[in-house]
Amino acid sequence: MFKQLLLWLHISRSGKIARRYFVVNGFDGALTLLGMNVGFYLSGEDNLPVIISACLGASVALGVSGVSSAYISESAERERELRALEEAMVRDLSDSDHGRASRFAPLWIAGVNGMAPFVFGLLIIFPLWLAGKGVALPLGAVEMALATAMVILFFLGIVSGRIQGSFWLWSGLRTLTIALLTAIIIFLINP
Amino acid sequence: MATLKRMVLDVLKPRHPNIIDFATAIAELGQDYRVVVKVDEVDDRTESVMLSIEGENLDFEAIQQSIKALGGSLHSIDEIEAIATGSTETHRHEEPLS
Repeated sequence: MFKQLLLWLHISRSGKIARRYFVVNGFDGALTLLGMNVGFYLSGEDNLPVIISACLGASVALGVSGVSSAYISESAERERELRALEEAMVRDLSDSDHGRASRFAPLWIAGVNGMAPFVFGLLIIFPLWLAGKGVALPLGAVEMALATAMVILFFLGIVSGRIQGSFWLWSGLRTLTIALLTAIIIFLINP
Repeated sequence: MATLKRMVLDVLKPRHPNIIDFATAIAELGQDYRVVVKVDEVDDRTESVMLSIEGENLDFEAIQQSIKALGGSLHSIDEIEAIATGSTETHRHEEPLS
């Protein structure tokens, strides 16, 4: 079964696409939660249940949005590709590995696209949840969430750097710079 | 009772999976299958290949099913080598499918 899944990923070339979606939508999710936490920090909001609920709501929404948007676009694309291949092969491919791969690929890509922002969102929420449970943290709860978001964005930079084949530290610092710029913009426009 | 020792098939297949994966998938159908795939013609999305398979007892049905599952179409059986069990006599036959 695992071998079959690998074959479908290979045929549909969805491994690379899923990897790209993982970085792009994971970056979206982490940056969104970073922005929310910067907002909470600047407004002096310290009601943890409110902060956690807002962050959790955003993570779920980003996850659902990621799953549905990727599924709709990928299934349409795969269907079109399969029809074109069927025309070239002059046969119905629905019962072949190509047919199965074209049905599996949108599910896989949608899952990755939805899970990335949701899981990164949960990781950013984790220090908030710990603080809510009374666990002592080295920094304030929101500051810890901000630090976690920065670490995740740095990590995603490293991943994109490895894909690109560039030096991991520079690509990590590049995404970290984007995160800092986002925080500065929010700070500047904060009423 | 005769067994199939060798066959050469003319197959039209999608360009993905490539011939390495295609040959490997066919070879895995039997423990002693030796597979050679030669590309005859490459198109935008498809390629025509000559699939040559050797083994002690080739399972034509399984090979045909595997080609189909991999998205290919069997155009013709270009060469067959069959041997009667317990005999050393070999029968060669060539038959286009259509």
